[in-house]
Amino acid sequence: MLDVKMTKRLKHFDLDIAFNCAPGELTAVIGPSGAGKTTLVRLLAGLERPDGGGITFGNTVWADVEKRVFLPARKRDLGLVFQDYTLFPHLTIRKNVAFAASNEDRVDELMTMFGIRHLESSRPSDISGGERQRAAFCQALARDPVLLLLDEPFSALDVANRRNLRSCLKELKNELHIPILHVTHDLDEALFLGDTILAVESGRIAPNWLKEQQAIQRRLAVSGLAREEGAAVSRAEEPRPVERALLGCG
Amino acid sequence: MDWTPLILSAKLAIWTMLLIPILASPMASLLAFGRFKGKSLLDAVVTLPMVMPPTVLGFALLVVMGPRGYLGGLWEDVTGDRLVFSFTGILLASLIFNLPFAVQPLRASLEKLDPRLLESAAVLGLSPLSTFFRIVLPNCLGGLAAASILVFAHSLGEFGVILMVGGSIPGQTQVASVAIFEAVEALRFDDAFRMSAALIPVCFAVLLIINKINARRA
Repeated sequence: MLDVKMTKRLKHFDLDIAFNCAPGELTAVIGPSGAGKTTLVRLLAGLERPDGGGITFGNTVWADVEKRVFLPARKRDLGLVFQDYTLFPHLTIRKNVAFAASNEDRVDELMTMFGIRHLESSRPSDISGGERQRAAFCQALARDPVLLLLDEPFSALDVANRRNLRSCLKELKNELHIPILHVTHDLDEALFLGDTILAVESGRIAPNWLKEQQAIQRRLAVSGLAREEGAAVSRAEEPRPVERALLGCG
Repeated sequence: MDWTPLILSAKLAIWTMLLIPILASPMASLLAFGRFKGKSLLDAVVTLPMVMPPTVLGFALLVVMGPRGYLGGLWEDVTGDRLVFSFTGILLASLIFNLPFAVQPLRASLEKLDPRLLESAAVLGLSPLSTFFRIVLPNCLGGLAAASILVFAHSLGEFGVILMVGGSIPGQTQVASVAIFEAVEALRFDDAFRMSAALIPVCFAVLLIINKINARRA
């Protein structure tokens, strides 16, 4: 279980956030640009230090400002997929995936699952953006991480690749049984993948942000559809069952 | 014509080229990635040999490396040999003189490196030392090659610092540039011409190689 209660001074506001994430649970962190989502990921990864509070993973304290405890990134055993692919350019795709892998069989298994087995000997510069991001997922998962952090991993991909990788992630979520934190600014993506949705605005959890966004989306859908075909209006006005459940309004 | 000065110059240039990465790599990393007070001061100290008159640097080194100097005295206590007017002495002077010429391209190469690669390596469990050897170095080979070749060419032409620290002892410290100077002084223009003509194609080849490396890096 990941337990987070920390603060961090940022340029325009303070990040002040508390939540937890259980194994097998995917927490989708959503919010506008500049809300502090990426900083949250960097703090969890150990790439930045909090100014107050701390992070605990199971029985291990990753950071505790009061007790002056800070576990560096390399000792946290986590997987991180950045927004745009950060594969090592001097290594082949296989060597990238196997970089911190627990064993070679896991490398084969993941490369097959993500459909990049045929790219083993290619370099990152020789393959497409979608393929690079698949390789980045494999690299992060190959070391059997205790926590998976995803910082807008699909934002640079085309629609087809995004859908495909989303489905892959949904399948993996049940298999991995680790806490997953998925940062996104795509509401549909958060609703599709998230077991819990954490809306963040100006560094704080904003419970009403999601409802407001959905209301805006619905209004847009209503007005758009009303112009085109009146019959679809009633469907667009009501939230989907999954949305109702996540919003606690069902 | 005596080829010994040319051979000695080549020996000095090769040794400088091989040893300079040991000094320049940590210094360039410190200047590229380090965040500490006095960074600009360290930067200025490292770059100083580039702008200082070679005779001034040579004189400073002569004082430090002489038998009464801190370094020269220590060297003599440990080895029993003199540091100045020896090949080891001119090699040490050459390393100090060439340091900025190696640090600058290496630092530029390190600063071009995507910092997220280093973060990615840390998240994947690599220690800072392993990150340097497994990620930083392979991605900065172009910069390292350019630095080494530049240092090689620069060492071949060294004159002021070598003359101050090493003098002109045939077979020990009399490198090609010093021998050419002495040949001209003694009106042996044929010898001076032959040695100069032998150095020009080497320097030209070095420049071609550097241009090729830079074109590949771009």
